[in-house]
Amino acid sequence: MTTSTAAPVRTQDVGRRTRRRSSLERRYSRAAWWFISPWLVGFLVFTAWPMIYSAYLSFTDYDVINDPQLVGWANYQELFSDPKVALALQNTLVYAALAVPAHILLALGLALLLDQASRRASGFFRTAFFLPKMTPPVAIGVLLILLFNGQRGAVNTVLGWFGITGPAWTTDPAWVKPGLVLMGLWTVGSTVIILLAALRGVPTDLYDAARVDGAGFWRRTRAVTLPMISGPLFFVVVVNTIAALQMFTEAYTAYFGSGNTTYSNDAALFYVIYLFQQAFEFLHMGYASALAWLLFLVIMAITGIQVLVSRRLVYYEGEAR
Amino acid sequence: MTTAPAVPTPVIEQPPTDGPRTRQRRVPPARRVGRVLVVVALLLATAAFVYPFVWLLSASFKPRGDVFDNRLWPRTWTFQNYLDVWQTAPMATWLVNTVIVTVLAATTVTATSAMVAWGFAHFRFRGRNVLFGLVLATMMLPGAVTMVPTYLIWKQLGFVGTLVPLWGQNLFASAFYVFLLRQFFLALPRELFEAARLDGAGPWRVFTRIAVPLCRPALVLTLLFEVQAAWTDLMRPLIYLQDSSTFTVPRGLKALLDQFGFGGEWHWEIVVTASVITTLPMILLFFFGQKHFIQGIATTGSKG
Repeated sequence: MTTSTAAPVRTQDVGRRTRRRSSLERRYSRAAWWFISPWLVGFLVFTAWPMIYSAYLSFTDYDVINDPQLVGWANYQELFSDPKVALALQNTLVYAALAVPAHILLALGLALLLDQASRRASGFFRTAFFLPKMTPPVAIGVLLILLFNGQRGAVNTVLGWFGITGPAWTTDPAWVKPGLVLMGLWTVGSTVIILLAALRGVPTDLYDAARVDGAGFWRRTRAVTLPMISGPLFFVVVVNTIAALQMFTEAYTAYFGSGNTTYSNDAALFYVIYLFQQAFEFLHMGYASALAWLLFLVIMAITGIQVLVSRRLVYYEGEAR
Repeated sequence: MTTAPAVPTPVIEQPPTDGPRTRQRRVPPARRVGRVLVVVALLLATAAFVYPFVWLLSASFKPRGDVFDNRLWPRTWTFQNYLDVWQTAPMATWLVNTVIVTVLAATTVTATSAMVAWGFAHFRFRGRNVLFGLVLATMMLPGAVTMVPTYLIWKQLGFVGTLVPLWGQNLFASAFYVFLLRQFFLALPRELFEAARLDGAGPWRVFTRIAVPLCRPALVLTLLFEVQAAWTDLMRPLIYLQDSSTFTVPRGLKALLDQFGFGGEWHWEIVVTASVITTLPMILLFFFGQKHFIQGIATTGSKG
């Protein structure tokens, strides 16, 4: 096998092989479409089509039995004159404004504490904090009514030990939302875990440097820890805000129900609950669709503002984009 | 509670890999007080987190009038509540329904999401980035926007009143799991798949024989997440189920609450006991899968 004779054969061979390879490559890549086809079909049927259809329905009156009747902008006009929409929107925004900071602050506090504990201890506590996240929201709704019961609930019993007369959490309109917020704090577990993972990722030498410069615990937390975990922190703020704006199950379980709704409490009338009632209790599908689009806009606007604010506050390591 | 194996192993000092801890190992005695305070604070928090479970469990063993008696050790123990729940409500049917929905929801969404994630992670094709952008965008879409039309689709197909709408959509993958699994697939070394292809394996074979087995921890995570989501869902059962014989456990619990908590006759012991029955399977699931849950949440969060 001498190089002089082998060389031309090889080049020819390589040329043919790359051509065949590339057509093989293309055929192989065609399989990608089979792999993503479940999502593609699902996207068209359960996302794209519903969005188009919901936009159309929002301009109609539709009670499921009779055909949709086009009504122009009437549903949207009604949105702005319906006092219940204003109330539901206000309730939802107030709830989110209370729940999100409380949730993040508690989660951050617990994560900082866990970061100080030994690894074995933090494993135990992490498990304990995460456990409530496994509780079905409907059971959390039940717990809310029982533990926050004005007269006999455990929460007011504990407050009583300190000489505090607790409010009627579940019946006094002023205390319904704080009660829901406090019960909601029970499920901070997953946020704690995300933040703890972020804290563990902060390089130690930064703390050492800060300590050499004489920074105490608070100073280190403010100047090193918070900037270094600002990415995950921003993530949990956005996710929790979106979730809070769509609050449904716990409040619906505790304050609304089918049939004789004698116990409905408008202090807990959140936006998605009102939407659900309009759609599936009153069968106002068109109006409910318009409600859905208003919620969509509100969520987009709030998330957009958060993203804009985060540009100034969030620090991404190695960011050169 | 710890994930360490039960086999006795010689105690080896951990090499100083993680910064914060080794830093605290050599704390001067003055700072020990601080560490004790940390543990005390954590213990108090733990008590607050565990208390509602213990309260619920203990209340389910109290006779009717004692439910609101806030002592954790019942004055008198009774098992009657569990028998009563079983007799008042078709609890066994509800449990079977929930298991059916949960198993179908979790297996289908894991299988299809893995396929789709692999499609986006492994192949290069035109439009890939645009389509994956769409996957990410759908994660942001609030469920309320598609709620009404989705109901109308299932109604058109004649599935309202059956369990199908509670899991049917999972046949088409889910954006969140696609995102999650793609991260795992991308972390696998590409050479492995190239080698398999040179040995003549087709795309499906590469996926099922090499990628899926290597990605098993991530698939277990997806399965666990979806089991939890499907088991605890209330909104879909509220929308799609009317007849009590088709209820899932959370939907049934809500019905019991409407009847015995807010209805004419108060039977809180029934509501409390049904809450325990609804919650317990998830607690058991957590103790089997806690490692996956906690690692999964830590990784999804920091990558998000």
